[in-house]
Amino acid sequence: MQRIGVFVCWCGSNIAATVDVQRVADAVRSEPGVVFSVDYQYMCSQAGQSMIVDAVKEHQLTGLVICSCSPRMHESTFRKTAQLAGINPYMVEIANIREQCSWVHKDIFIGTQKAITLAKAAIAKVNLNTPLTSGESKVTKRALVIGGGIAGIQSALDIADAGFPVDLVEKEATIGGKMAQLDKTFPTLDCAACILTPKMVDVAQHENIRIISHAQVEEVGGFVGNFHVKIRKKARFVDESICTGCGLCTEKCPQKKVPNAFNLNMDHHRAIYIPFAQAVPKVAIIDPDYCSMLKNGKCGVCAKVCSVGAIDYQQKDEIIEEDYGAIVTATGYNPISLEKYDEYAYSLSKDVITSLEFERLTNAAGPTQGHLIRPSDGKQPHTIVFVQCVGSRCAANAEKGKEYCSKICCMYTAKHAMLVRDKYPDTEVYVFYIDVRTPGKSFDEFYRRAVEEYGVHYIKGMVGKVIPEGNTLKVQASDLLMNKQLHIDADLVVLAAAIEPDRSARPLATMLTASMDTNDFFTEAHPKLRPVESPTAGIFLSGTCQGPKDIPETVSQASAAAAKVIGLLCKNTLKGNPCVAVSDEMMCNGCSSCANVCPYGAITYESKEFRMPDRTTRMRRVAKVNPAVCQGCGCCTVACPSGAMDLDGFKNQQIMAEVDAICK
Amino acid sequence: MQINNTTEFRPKIVAFCCNWCSYAGADLAGNNRLSYPADIKIIRVPCSCRVNPTFILRAFQRGADGVILCGCHPGDCHYTSGNYYTRRRMTLLFSMMNYLGIEKERTRVEWVSAAEGAKFAAVMQDFAQTVAALGESKRLEDLRCKQ
Ligand SMILES: Cc1cc2nc3c(=O)[nH]c(=O)nc-3n(C[C@H](O)[C@H](O)[C@H](O)COP(=O)(O)OP(=O)(O)OC[C@H]3O[C@@H](n4cnc5c(N)ncnc54)[C@H](O)[C@@H]3O)c2cc1C
Repeated sequence: MQRIGVFVCWCGSNIAATVDVQRVADAVRSEPGVVFSVDYQYMCSQAGQSMIVDAVKEHQLTGLVICSCSPRMHESTFRKTAQLAGINPYMVEIANIREQCSWVHKDIFIGTQKAITLAKAAIAKVNLNTPLTSGESKVTKRALVIGGGIAGIQSALDIADAGFPVDLVEKEATIGGKMAQLDKTFPTLDCAACILTPKMVDVAQHENIRIISHAQVEEVGGFVGNFHVKIRKKARFVDESICTGCGLCTEKCPQKKVPNAFNLNMDHHRAIYIPFAQAVPKVAIIDPDYCSMLKNGKCGVCAKVCSVGAIDYQQKDEIIEEDYGAIVTATGYNPISLEKYDEYAYSLSKDVITSLEFERLTNAAGPTQGHLIRPSDGKQPHTIVFVQCVGSRCAANAEKGKEYCSKICCMYTAKHAMLVRDKYPDTEVYVFYIDVRTPGKSFDEFYRRAVEEYGVHYIKGMVGKVIPEGNTLKVQASDLLMNKQLHIDADLVVLAAAIEPDRSARPLATMLTASMDTNDFFTEAHPKLRPVESPTAGIFLSGTCQGPKDIPETVSQASAAAAKVIGLLCKNTLKGNPCVAVSDEMMCNGCSSCANVCPYGAITYESKEFRMPDRTTRMRRVAKVNPAVCQGCGCCTVACPSGAMDLDGFKNQQIMAEVDAICK
Repeated sequence: MQINNTTEFRPKIVAFCCNWCSYAGADLAGNNRLSYPADIKIIRVPCSCRVNPTFILRAFQRGADGVILCGCHPGDCHYTSGNYYTRRRMTLLFSMMNYLGIEKERTRVEWVSAAEGAKFAAVMQDFAQTVAALGESKRLEDLRCKQ
């Protein structure tokens, strides 16, 4: 028989205001197994914890029930307390009488009744608890970073600097992400390439970093400290180890009409190309959809001009399999597609562009060498209209667009407006906005400079329609402050498209069993206290894949995620979850039902010799659970037809005891 | 202090919540002080797929008036596939129980994510109301357990 102590916490007035804590302590005193029961203001405080330790000693307690806040909050605290008091940490159960009782029921009578029932259910369970010990597993001291934007770059550098090997997987041919496409960056207006490309070179030269570009993660198995990952490195038809990046092939290739994705398809490159001058790795790549050698076996010019013989038309995809202790997701964002936004004539007129296209148009390395000209006729625009919140901050049930604020658009639009007025002072610039949101260090000052010093016309109101007419774009808008309709003849319209997570993030999250919110941003383990960790142990979040962010915020989060990874990789072993499946081999008949439903492949079978009643022996196939691999979901326990499978910590008997206590 | 009229029928409802999504969703409902009837008592399980049909039968045998099972949304299971098993198992179980005379409305599976505190409260509100309207469930109740 168990000797159980019940500790009822007031949580100040959080619990005590709507639950009569003393009555709870009194009501459970006569429950089976209970030998001690008490209430106290703050059970989790130092004083509260020593009260538990003392009670364990004084009453020789073997099990503890803490009636307090959610186990998600303090279960681990009280398990440590139990250990301190000399009893097994898994002899503790929490009755959640705060989040699931005092905070949701206003009536003290009803709240108290429910708290008593919850306490009794926990007592019934503890009566059946058994001591459990965690297995230990080794930590593979290598990290995987998925996504090579500024977020992934920063995380990889920080982890590598701490001395751990890092693999950086990037789906494009080069790392750099969106930041590589930007021109100048707010709030300081330094050029993106000047601050990013040295970091890209650092990555390339770091002895602890391996870049796996033009690649994707295909399979993830294992668990924290021991992930096993399969990566497909797609064929680029150029031997990376030989190519010097001289670029001769990219000038000689006869196929000149390949849309240049890096310049958002505003110009062309050859079928063999290097994405941009500072690409890392600086290695050519062949686009198999356009290369006539790959398509119909004719040409071979690049192979002829390559002096080192790096071209390899036979190259196949390569599968890389590796073990990692921790995984960082840094898959970034993309502007939303504006196909559905006919009111802004995005697909009708070449002179209606997105802000990211604008970045390429003003970039000295872009398709126009930095001359801001209209894509349609190459003329310099004299009136430019910027439209903010295109697809951001939409109504929850709107058929298109996102509910959230994309956060960066107010700032980059102010930047764009300023850059235009700076380079071309006789250009009229209008910015239409719902609100201007510029919190952040030196951000509001930046925006005010656009208005006050650069004379940008900020107009509160939305653009209703953009109608291409001849050479001009007729912009119809409303000015909410003046309460009037405006008609502007613009030469160029720039749309600040909302941003959304990369499409590949969702399938990746499924592979990682990391959760996402309804917008497909990765969710954090705790929105305030654990913002860079996924709820899935060993998965860390870096950059805009977790939510809209500018570069300073992305970099801080990337370094924070790296710090968490380093903390994990510094450990030699990790304590596992002892609540794993166990099979009773006497009852098991080896039918394989459990192994069929196990998502981790934790169940194997072995032949075992059993003694029969007549003293003969017989070989029988029985299930065996690998506790290091089992994650404790319990699916097998229900699939087992003979009832041989059970789950430690959540045994059939324990759950039934809780059911009984609640239904009494 | 308001003493409730004790003669009014209050259903007994067991809610099984998976640790990763729905239990966290219930905690979030608490954090945001979104109230729902106290008739709902939550049992924490690692995954909705841990819930053995016998637990649900046991609840009705012991006098529960309704049982609700909450898990992560399909595709979001912390253990990748657990909730798919739940969905299949419970479809079968609930139709069998309906055949035995336990009204379909007394049993329910809902997907509630850790971010859906409001949904949790709304679902519980609705379920408690539905079960209360049906009255006591005596079909499977074993009176010998009453003592
Ligand atoms: C028009 C515009 C202007 C901006 N101007 C500024 C500015 O002036 N100042 C500022 O601070 N911020 C600015 N920003 C914001 C800035 O671009 C972002 O904060 C920053 O790029 C986020 O970096 P990231 O690494 O999180 O994402 P990304 O840059 O999107 O990088 C993600 C990387 O991951 C790769 N990837 C995605 N999925 C996978 C996968 N499944 N496997 C492998 N690799 C994958 C992608 O190819 C990409 O390389 C601007 C944004 C826009 C749209």
